[in-house]
Amino acid sequence: MQAAIELEHLKFGWKPGKTLLDIDKLRVDRGERVFLQGASGSGKSTLLNLIGGVLEPDAGGVHLLDITLRALSKTQRDAFRANHIGFVFQMFNLLPYLSVLENVTLPCRFSHGRKDKAILRDGTVDESACRLLDHLELGHDELLRRPVTDLSMGQQQRVAVARALIGSPEIVIADEPTSALDVNNRDRFIELLLHECELQESTLMFVSHDPGLHDHFDRVIDLHHLNQNGSKQ
Amino acid sequence: MILLRLTARSLWHRRTTALLTLITIGFSVMLFLGVEKVRTETRNSFANTLSGTDLIVGARSGQIQLLLYSIFRIGDATSNVSWQSYELVKNHKQVAWTVPISLGDSHRGYRVLGTTEHYFDHYRYGNRHLLRFEEGRRFEDLYDVVLGAEVADKLGYKIGSEIVVAHGIGNASFSKHEDKPFRVVGILERTGTPVDRTLHLSLEALEAIHIDWKAGVRIPGTNVSAEEAARVELQPKQITAFLVGMKSKVATFHLQRSINNYRKEPMLAILPGVALQQLWDMVGIAEKALMLVSAIVVVAGLVGMLTVILTSLNERRREMAILRSVGARAWQILLLLTLESALLTLMGVGFGISLLYGGIVLAQPILESHIGVFIPLTPPSIYQWKLLGLVVVCGTLVGLIPGYRAYRYSVADGMTIRI
Repeated sequence: MQAAIELEHLKFGWKPGKTLLDIDKLRVDRGERVFLQGASGSGKSTLLNLIGGVLEPDAGGVHLLDITLRALSKTQRDAFRANHIGFVFQMFNLLPYLSVLENVTLPCRFSHGRKDKAILRDGTVDESACRLLDHLELGHDELLRRPVTDLSMGQQQRVAVARALIGSPEIVIADEPTSALDVNNRDRFIELLLHECELQESTLMFVSHDPGLHDHFDRVIDLHHLNQNGSKQ
Repeated sequence: MILLRLTARSLWHRRTTALLTLITIGFSVMLFLGVEKVRTETRNSFANTLSGTDLIVGARSGQIQLLLYSIFRIGDATSNVSWQSYELVKNHKQVAWTVPISLGDSHRGYRVLGTTEHYFDHYRYGNRHLLRFEEGRRFEDLYDVVLGAEVADKLGYKIGSEIVVAHGIGNASFSKHEDKPFRVVGILERTGTPVDRTLHLSLEALEAIHIDWKAGVRIPGTNVSAEEAARVELQPKQITAFLVGMKSKVATFHLQRSINNYRKEPMLAILPGVALQQLWDMVGIAEKALMLVSAIVVVAGLVGMLTVILTSLNERRREMAILRSVGARAWQILLLLTLESALLTLMGVGFGISLLYGGIVLAQPILESHIGVFIPLTPPSIYQWKLLGLVVVCGTLVGLIPGYRAYRYSVADGMTIRI
């Protein structure tokens, strides 16, 4: 099976001589849904920026979908990220000056690849966005017209999921997406997220500090164990 | 395209501050363009005060002084030119025409100019326009007077109105020639030159009203009536200055030198074009200073915009991170902020232009009647468009500063959202 994310002998530190991350090997297969657990300050966000191609490792390599990021230029990495990765952040994921629909279709405006896939799947980009919103229980017309700032936190996070999934990117990275949600909302949110990823055959990397969410996932990776630098301390 | 849309939407979201920025830039651009426009128009109307005259001749003084009192009716002549000298020049074989000018009296603050009817044949302004009559005709009888447009307008005179000329200059002159009233026979069309503020009568009429005066006061005991004065021979003995038109332009310099070197009477002949230019160069310093000040106001406007954008930048780091996460390249973030200031400046310039033209429409009559400068509603000249273009370019370049900062932020922050 093809690897979606593969890290090899990865080393990274913000300052020379002080290594924050030292990961010998990590492999996530395509279609896998993994839970990456790590306490705050353990280098989670740094790891995500490395996978996103925003940061460059000091040593070792990041391979996404069998592409070595190091071999790409900055702009090519940006384009690769736009085409193949969807992101969901902790909170306030949405641009307040765009409507719900415009927020969801935003990735298609920066990536031709995702725009084409969305059109191939649903006819138009807007149709695709509506389908996703509908699946995420946000399908009411009345809701779509409201300014995004009027939405509840749970609704905002689901809009962010629709945005991460539009144009079926191969990889979806969710960085603490549930930390602002209450327990009921949280479980429902994870269920919807997992279901949609499964439908689209997207690989999901779900990052959280909360061990209570383990049960939803096929595989749990503890960053603390993974990071040899961390385990040494 | 998406970037422009995002910029527009983002600006609309922050419309209060954006609007204030736009107004600041608008006003500064209005001032800048306004000063430039007034400057151009003033210069034009200034240079167009007199045309078609080859020489102005007066008593020896300074070039600019002669121009000021003979054409602009500012200040006084220190001495006069004798009639003999005038005749001498008039009869010179290269001279086509001459127009004598005699100044010194006034009417309610407006200067009275004594001349001959040749004045209406040869005095030209602007693009060689002759004076035209709004109403009436030239002076023919001794006590006829022809008014400039502003005089008639401001003092409410019509054809047939009676006017008393005051002796000397000044609004509140005590000595008036009330024994010899004048009748308005003509009103000239508006010219935008000092002619509008002048009362014209014949040289003989000036002689007549001064017949029983000497050295600025009425000779006690004498009282020559208007009718008696008309019967006396009214040959002027001296005049203030005169205008000369040449048969051939080539001879102008030769005649000028002859007049300036004339032994029997100290006289000065000047070329109006040269003197006007020299005078403008003097006045022009103020105009350049004004231009500089208004340019600085534009800079202040742009700095204001820079401040607003830089201040907003910290709140918008999240926006940048979100855009990066959905696939925006770092250079697109830079472009986004540069576009924002370009858009703001462009709209500000547009707003400034509309403010200015609206202002011109409103202020046109006031400007014309109060300072005598007519600002036509013409589109900006190529030079003015260039200036406006420069403002937009500067505004765009200013946008590179927050643009670069946002670029640095987005490279450093990546997709980590910092609050």
